[in-house]
Amino acid sequence: MSEQSPSAAHDFIGKEYAAGFVTDIEQETIPPGLDEAVIKEISERKNEPEWLLDWRLQAYRRWLEMPEPTWAKVDYEPIDYQAISYFAAPTGDKPKSLDEVDPELLRTYEKLGIPLHEQEMLAGVERDPDTPRVAVDAIFDSVSLTTTFKKELQEHGVIYCSFGEAVENHPELVQQYLGTVVPPSDNFYAALNSAVFSDGSFVYIPKGVRCPMELLSYFRINAQNTGQFERTLIIADEGSYASYLEGCTAPMRDENQLHAAVVELVALEDASIKYSTVQNWYPGDEEGNGGIYNFVTKRGVCRGARSHISWTQVETGSAITWKYPSVILRGDNSVGEFYSVAITNNHQQADTGSKMTHIGRNTSSTIISKGISAGSSSNAYRGRVRMNPGAKQARNFTQCDSLLIGGKCAAHTFPTIESQRSDAIVEHEATTSKVSEDQLFLCRQRGIDAEKAVAMIVNGFCKEVLRELPMEFAVEASKLLEVSLEGAVG
Amino acid sequence: MKLLELRGLVASVDEKQILNGIDLTVNAGEVHAIMGPNGSGKSTLSNVLAGRDGYTVTEGDIELMGTPVNGMSVEERALTGLFLGFQHPIEIPGVTNMEFLKVAIDSHRISIGEEEMNTRDFMVQVRDISKRLELSTEFLKRFVNVGFSGGEKKRNEILQLMLLRPRLAFLDETDSGLDVDALQVVAKGINEFRSGDNGVVLVTHYQRLLNYIDVDFVHIMVNGTIVKSGDAQLAHEVEAQGYAGLGKA
Repeated sequence: MSEQSPSAAHDFIGKEYAAGFVTDIEQETIPPGLDEAVIKEISERKNEPEWLLDWRLQAYRRWLEMPEPTWAKVDYEPIDYQAISYFAAPTGDKPKSLDEVDPELLRTYEKLGIPLHEQEMLAGVERDPDTPRVAVDAIFDSVSLTTTFKKELQEHGVIYCSFGEAVENHPELVQQYLGTVVPPSDNFYAALNSAVFSDGSFVYIPKGVRCPMELLSYFRINAQNTGQFERTLIIADEGSYASYLEGCTAPMRDENQLHAAVVELVALEDASIKYSTVQNWYPGDEEGNGGIYNFVTKRGVCRGARSHISWTQVETGSAITWKYPSVILRGDNSVGEFYSVAITNNHQQADTGSKMTHIGRNTSSTIISKGISAGSSSNAYRGRVRMNPGAKQARNFTQCDSLLIGGKCAAHTFPTIESQRSDAIVEHEATTSKVSEDQLFLCRQRGIDAEKAVAMIVNGFCKEVLRELPMEFAVEASKLLEVSLEGAVG
Repeated sequence: MKLLELRGLVASVDEKQILNGIDLTVNAGEVHAIMGPNGSGKSTLSNVLAGRDGYTVTEGDIELMGTPVNGMSVEERALTGLFLGFQHPIEIPGVTNMEFLKVAIDSHRISIGEEEMNTRDFMVQVRDISKRLELSTEFLKRFVNVGFSGGEKKRNEILQLMLLRPRLAFLDETDSGLDVDALQVVAKGINEFRSGDNGVVLVTHYQRLLNYIDVDFVHIMVNGTIVKSGDAQLAHEVEAQGYAGLGKA
């Protein structure tokens, strides 16, 4: 997130990526390399109970046997997992209050426009009594620095804290739900994450509670040669509601950095979770050097009847994005939604989409995917809709639209539909369009410069998705779209 | 004040020479009509003036508001005060007319160091112009030119003209595809726009638009040059004799 306008962002670092600065602080890192000793050290540093260490080690042993997936439409040099450091944290004990946080770190969040003081607002959001407040969990490399509004949330019974604190203070909840949606053996990166995960966020909304504010987790990679492996678990108990946002940025570095997160959502009967992402990891430079490999597993389970999970993502960053936020519709009449904007420029590659697995009766899902490709980038939508035998009268609607800017980029769609029900209704619509020279000429003749014109057309193209975002995020997302497309036209 | 001056303009498209030496001066307060048969280079002239990619000036000069346009981009020329009315306005799906107009007017304001237009003032102004052009406010919420009838597209061009208030309006076949009622509305808009400070060039195939707009000069363009210039009377001669006779003059 940035408080700068796109043009100011240019001045800031002379490049398009405004969040690309490095915070100069002392950090402790575990030296590069991965073996059981490293996992033990991570677990020890986090004071974890024995069961969690065993869980990690089992995941690690499983990971060793798993092949790296190659089916995605992305192309990169093999990753050397022994060259990555799996833990980095600012030196010293975890600060007990904001006063103890290194001022350099506070300045970092100020620059990024993330409010760590409870009286502050998200950058770019006007102070308006109607604007919902935002509680922030700030994750810096492998640790959470602080979580705001904890006390006020506690009064409503809402638990919002770092994953590490949840393990310490609510072990029964963690143990009950961890790995139930994305088991460690799910895939290569999920197994790796399960072995080495560091901080992430934990949310529990008790029965019948509507969480009184937006929950924002802000992930920042700072250290060099370090991967970030966060783990997020959100549980919405019966009849509850939560809106969770995540944002992410990283410095501009010449080497690629790995981000392999796992997010698990559990919605019980009549519960609803709205999960919004604005992903702005460093995308690499114009020649395709550097940038984050964003290999993420996100899945939610609608466990109870009439539960509802909605994913909204705006993916502007990362050198490579590999993620498929999915919903397992187990409860009868449950609803799953996926709204996505994925934008690729220069040499970025994205392979993203969703899986909707219908198990319960009368379940319905919607997938709206908007892919925008510019420069020499590649953008793929990959989706799977499955109607299981018990999913009586299940429905899915999928729409995937691609917009091409310039002649060197590519868009692909890989939709799969597996239906074992004759009464299922599955609709799929797809379009591909191009920002035409005629459109740009009309805009420019009206005094609108080409980049602004492209941004306006792209924003129009994405409107259906952007309007799903909470207001404060929508403003930011629109700005980001504009910045990511800089240089996309002549 | 000279708004436009062309001196011996020769220009080509895809290396094919289309304009073969055009001289034309438009002063503030004047309305000109450029008439000519299909393929005479009228649309090429408007694209060349606007600085569109692929249209190359090979000889002669273009001055807009007294400044040579060499090296000026499409948007710079627009912000200097040149407005092109399109013969076939293009559709922009996803972008509402309202957003488009707001971004366009703000671009103009920012270029002269003013602030973006306050949304309320903008709405008041746009609604007023829409009313005068007999366009419903619903029309403003629709995507730019998407699903518009021919008449709506042309009225939308005039709406942009009246909102942006350029110094020089170069309107390419604004009358084509309009029924009599729409033609009158469009003409009314142009008449409301014209003033002692600005200039209008109507590029047209037919004389009928001139029944509703008083023009000061008429130029006949054939094969990429202006073969004859005169006053409004010349348009009637064209109507009576056709272009063929005039081309030889």
